[in-house]
Amino acid sequence: MTSIEVLTPGALTTVQDLGRAGWAHIGVPRSGAADRDALIRANRLVGNPDGAAGLEATLVGPRLRFRGDAVVALTGATTEARLDGRPIPMDAPVAVAAGEELHVGTARTGLRIYLAVAGGIDTALTLGSAATDLLTGLGPAPLRRDEVLRLGAAGRGLTPPAVHPPSAVHPPLAGSEAVISVLLGPREDWFTTGSLTRLLSEPFTVDPASNRVGLRLRGPTLERRRSGELRSEGLAPGAIQVPPDGHPILLLADHPTTGGYPVIAVVLSAGLSIAAQLRPGQDVRFTQPTPGG
Amino acid sequence: MRRCGDHAALLELTDNAAVHVAARLARERLGEALVDVVPGHRTLLLLWSEGSTIPTRDALALERTAPTRGDRAGVRRRPTVVVPTRYDGADLEAAAAALALSPAAVTQLHAQSEFRVAFTGFAPGFPYLLPVDPSGAVAPLLALPRLTTPRTAVPAGSVAVAAGYCGIYPRSSPGGWNLLGRTDQTLFDPAREPPALLEPGMTVRFEPV
Repeated sequence: MTSIEVLTPGALTTVQDLGRAGWAHIGVPRSGAADRDALIRANRLVGNPDGAAGLEATLVGPRLRFRGDAVVALTGATTEARLDGRPIPMDAPVAVAAGEELHVGTARTGLRIYLAVAGGIDTALTLGSAATDLLTGLGPAPLRRDEVLRLGAAGRGLTPPAVHPPSAVHPPLAGSEAVISVLLGPREDWFTTGSLTRLLSEPFTVDPASNRVGLRLRGPTLERRRSGELRSEGLAPGAIQVPPDGHPILLLADHPTTGGYPVIAVVLSAGLSIAAQLRPGQDVRFTQPTPGG
Repeated sequence: MRRCGDHAALLELTDNAAVHVAARLARERLGEALVDVVPGHRTLLLLWSEGSTIPTRDALALERTAPTRGDRAGVRRRPTVVVPTRYDGADLEAAAAALALSPAAVTQLHAQSEFRVAFTGFAPGFPYLLPVDPSGAVAPLLALPRLTTPRTAVPAGSVAVAAGYCGIYPRSSPGGWNLLGRTDQTLFDPAREPPALLEPGMTVRFEPV
């Protein structure tokens, strides 16, 4: 079985699969790839099952040396990647020869770059998943220099993929405004009508304190129309919760399972991948699709 | 029922016991596409896999079904987990003073009460415990406010009260609850089956050691 040597880990690179669903009732976050669509696409490009473990690099990609032949695919945030100095395309399977070095560059549009390797990353499973959960510390630690990653046997083969991956959703360009569809609620009745209008009309800026747990958003303050505390309740991925300071937090993969801040709206599933690719400083606007339209 | 995006719904129930009845029925009735059933204090969050349609009618029916006396008895009948506890917490004396009781009386009050795991959160395996008898004598102890300044590190196994709940810290972490004591039990171990010592709906009693 071949392996990969981590020459430099990049800014923050973690092993991710589709996470550990089914444990939320005992307080275990789902975790897994923040941009699930991008990981699935990368896996299909190399012939892996959708849920095989790959790498999620944040902003600055890793430099890796392959100890054996492999097939890789890069998806998600766009970047310049080089294999022994030669540029390689994104969103395509690429053959790597033993001894070659893959240098994943800095994300130009979007934030999170996904690397799938045929066979998947072989690492110990925690509650059925290889995902690194940065909220609770479950799963493997983020990649470190000189670490060696073993490759598994998931859908192994050097043949071109049989399954066509979904087409790439391009992350919004840096500097441009992203638009994400939401459904108001479950606790929209905790907020003033003016705040609901502001949520659906004014832009918010992604704060640098954002991470895999959630996007912290700066913009118009969202005010409550009632006082008191909400009793803790379960949180869905993409929930936009509003702490007392009125600045919303959009929950991503490593979000806590329950919380007591009222949720003003929840991102529709198609928008979660866009949310996961927003960079600090980028603007985002929320819209609610009209019923039936 | 309140929609949460396109693949989750929040059911609102009359009380915490009804939450556990609905959780059991949801797992039985709402199909394989239901991936997570998350109890809250008086709510139940149902999460379906992406791409599946929410069975709105069935979920609404579940929310409207008042639990029968038998259902509630079923929640109560689940085996009681006994948590051996040393009542030597850093806030035991202050808690006693706030209630005009002796530390021994606070220990007795806490150890004689029966609790239910209302829901989990904060950390994997962290139980939010409510008294099985909501009007019981332990209520004023649980109602103590959080510390003005949270501790940066609370020892693993700490048994604590605040804001209407009793909780147990599965591992060392920051925390602002009033520490009554400590247990040696492992609250959460992902390699163990089951990983959490205390799951929602279970009954819990503390035993002084």
